[in-house]
Amino acid sequence: MTMDPKQFASDQTVRWCPGCGDYAVLAAVQKTLAALGIPREKYVFVSGIGCSSRFPYYMNTYGFHGIHGRALPVAAGVKCADPSLQVWVATGDGDALSIGGNHFIHTLRRNVDLKVLLFNNRIYGLTKGQLSPTSEFGKKTKSTPWGSIDFPVNPVALALAAEATFVARALAVDVAGLNEVLGRAARHQGLAFVEILQNCVVFNNGAWKEPEDRATREERVVRLRHGQPLVFGAAQNKGVRLRGSDPEAVAFPPGQPPQDLAVHDEKSPHMAALLSRMGEGGLPLPVGVFRAVRRPALHELMEDQISKARQAAPTDLQAVLNSPQEGVS
Amino acid sequence: MSKVTPPRAKSRPVEDLDSVTIRFAGDSGDGIQVAGAQFSTATALAGNDLSTFPDYPADIRAPQGSLYGVSGYQIHFSSGRAYTPGDAPDVLVAMNPAALKVNLKDLRQGGLLVVNSDAFTPANLAKAGYAASPLEDGSLAGYRVIPVEFSQRTGEALQGLALTKPQVERCKNFYALGMMYWLYDRPLEATLGWISGKFKKVPLMAEANRKALLAGNAFAETAELFGQCYRVKAAPAQAGLCRNVTGNEAMALGLLTASQLSGLQLWYGSYPITPASEILHELSKYKNLGVKTFQAEDEIAAVCSAIGASFAGSLGTTGTSGPGVSLKSEALGLAAMVELPLVIVNVQRGGPSTGLPTKTEQSDLFQALYGRHGECPMPVLAAATPADCFQVAVEACRIAVKYMTPVLVLSDGFLGIGAEPWRVPDAAALPKFPPRPLPPPDQFQPYQRDPETLARPWARPGLAGYEHRVGGLEKADVTGAVSYDPENHERMCRLRQAKIERIASELPPVEVLGPKQGKVLVVGWGSTYGAITAAVSRLQAAGESAACLHLRHLNPLPPGLGEALSRYERVLVPELNLGQLVYVLRGRFLVDAQGLHKVKGQSFQVAEVESAVRKLLKGGGR
Repeated sequence: MTMDPKQFASDQTVRWCPGCGDYAVLAAVQKTLAALGIPREKYVFVSGIGCSSRFPYYMNTYGFHGIHGRALPVAAGVKCADPSLQVWVATGDGDALSIGGNHFIHTLRRNVDLKVLLFNNRIYGLTKGQLSPTSEFGKKTKSTPWGSIDFPVNPVALALAAEATFVARALAVDVAGLNEVLGRAARHQGLAFVEILQNCVVFNNGAWKEPEDRATREERVVRLRHGQPLVFGAAQNKGVRLRGSDPEAVAFPPGQPPQDLAVHDEKSPHMAALLSRMGEGGLPLPVGVFRAVRRPALHELMEDQISKARQAAPTDLQAVLNSPQEGVS
Repeated sequence: MSKVTPPRAKSRPVEDLDSVTIRFAGDSGDGIQVAGAQFSTATALAGNDLSTFPDYPADIRAPQGSLYGVSGYQIHFSSGRAYTPGDAPDVLVAMNPAALKVNLKDLRQGGLLVVNSDAFTPANLAKAGYAASPLEDGSLAGYRVIPVEFSQRTGEALQGLALTKPQVERCKNFYALGMMYWLYDRPLEATLGWISGKFKKVPLMAEANRKALLAGNAFAETAELFGQCYRVKAAPAQAGLCRNVTGNEAMALGLLTASQLSGLQLWYGSYPITPASEILHELSKYKNLGVKTFQAEDEIAAVCSAIGASFAGSLGTTGTSGPGVSLKSEALGLAAMVELPLVIVNVQRGGPSTGLPTKTEQSDLFQALYGRHGECPMPVLAAATPADCFQVAVEACRIAVKYMTPVLVLSDGFLGIGAEPWRVPDAAALPKFPPRPLPPPDQFQPYQRDPETLARPWARPGLAGYEHRVGGLEKADVTGAVSYDPENHERMCRLRQAKIERIASELPPVEVLGPKQGKVLVVGWGSTYGAITAAVSRLQAAGESAACLHLRHLNPLPPGLGEALSRYERVLVPELNLGQLVYVLRGRFLVDAQGLHKVKGQSFQVAEVESAVRKLLKGGGR
């Protein structure tokens, strides 16, 4: 059953700045949900604080706009309390990786069945332009007039280190790529983490200039395809191969790729780790799905323990009140 | 409570006593808490009323023999009411010189002192700061001293078992316990049963502890150490089934029961913290009742998970101690703004900061009442006794669901780990409190309030036609849309305030124990209930014009309180803080109430409250 994406738009006026990357993500999410055919009332959008955290107000589903950094534990409570719900989280680089950094690690390692969209514009927008944990070293912002002396975090590498079962990256301006990644994330059983690179026209214009710009994009990004060699370039004339343990870019005549190009494998933690470090030094920035593996989600394990306990011990409250129950041994 | 065995024929005379207080003390690795808890269970089976106070150091295994590593467990049991764990112990069992040094000052003059003489070595004496052995220098002349070679005798009793010396040492608590069981005529069966369950997988240790218990028991009988043994008759039996509970156990059972009464799945998100962790441990056992427990990565995630669970239609609860409440405060404001049910338990401890983690205090009342940014009123309840934690947990959940609000519950370390007999309720007979039914979808507005309670409707995700968004931004009245309108903000602040105030209208009016008017009224809250009630009862028995009143609801305050305060010449407010409730009462009722303060990490002794009241009766005070 395909639905109209408009069904997922709420009656609220969208109040992001004109030209903000968030608009594209909102449209892509509404389109993705429409394609899934799950009724609106089964969705909950949870967010923290930041520009992107206004997201739930614009979705005609259930929504919860929480406090700064805490979207993930709120969402974990929603999903585990009622596993029949589809729970999505909209968060930003400050919300998820700075104030909410602890929750980011632990929610990912627990494999809570959430779809986590991290809107990464490398700046604090809602508080009007301070550096974020993904801002480049040396960046001048309102709070770093002499340049940032903080080394940034790599969200994809962090997500992989936190044992996320689905890790992907997309560009807000790349509608087809974004739709594809969101569709994969939506169907993933377990936690799906998607880093969405997007521009902030007001406080960090050109945040991802080269990958975003149509003129340079295909030379700067490599699109990941499970089981396929790493090939990029508008003319599909470049690839990535391994030299020892390090990747290197190689050029080749179109249609004649060398045999030793690296082949993407979504199940391999080694390949995902290697890809997560690419993007600089002549190497293209990977977009697409880095990792997709199946592992039981937290709510499944919780329900499983409950059903086993129900078979092993009385389910009658009065029996429990009457005599203490020893722990499981 | 049923008697398990008829008292055995005693080879020595039996003296009847009304009540006894015993303190077990030793190294934190000596098994003192286990021995104390076993004595409590046996005492409950013997039919006595009882009150216990475990007092242990913050270090798990402090250096052996050190003064700060001393662990204690006090139990007061009675043929009448045991309101408190007792002021001065009648009996002190000291397993080493440090335990003697720390605890002797509390033992009543002429009291019985059972010491492990094997531990009085020069090294241990030095660690405890004794220049000479108190067993030999005459300094214990004011007590009945019974030295027992616990280590040696336990070793003899366990001869033939393939045990290491440290393993033998670890059994001497049961040897001492066996002696105490003989001296106070306690049944052995419950402890024997506990041993076989606890050491099911290590039969050798089960056998060793069993032998140690029986050998200590037999030794007390045959060795003529004690001229007589004692009997404390059973307290008047309460109707129905009774069992021993700690406050943390009762709190957990209360939350479980509330889940059933409301028809809601229970969610308990928590982060380990002393002295509240046992609530998490208890609830984690009961997955068979469908409870979902979540040990979160931190205090903030714990409360946020509970808020998320409540949004999804569960009964979201969380528990912690003061430092954890500090971390949760921002989220409590969120819960107040989104107006969802949430219960937060604070098992208070000595503060500020890490403070005295294993000691008790009542210094988080201001935090509970006022510790949030913005205008953020929240109902606050406090438990009076370990068993009362059950009632208070149920009541807090009822208010949370009915009024769609976060509710704070104050317990404390004294209640959380202390135990007393609890009359098990008939769960089916307790009043149910399901959430209010929703209007049809076309009439649903997320912030359309119930005219009586001012509660908003609770539409959980999954229900078609009720899709809505909530969040921490100010809500427009009725629609719940985001609103920055100044008039609306003031209206919403006043509505949230009025909603909490309305709870007072359904609370029972205050009840005074004692004369309806007179010289002194003692007003208490929380765990000081026992000491205050015992003190005032004593004064009343002596013909003094004293009464007391104990508050369960601290916000809103119950009806009739101001009027009650005005009927006495003096009002005394004993608290384990530097004057928090007294400040509230003075501010709210313009009454010249006076405080009695103590912040030593210990509860009040009955005598302390009694003497403060006497001073006021004589016209003293400020």
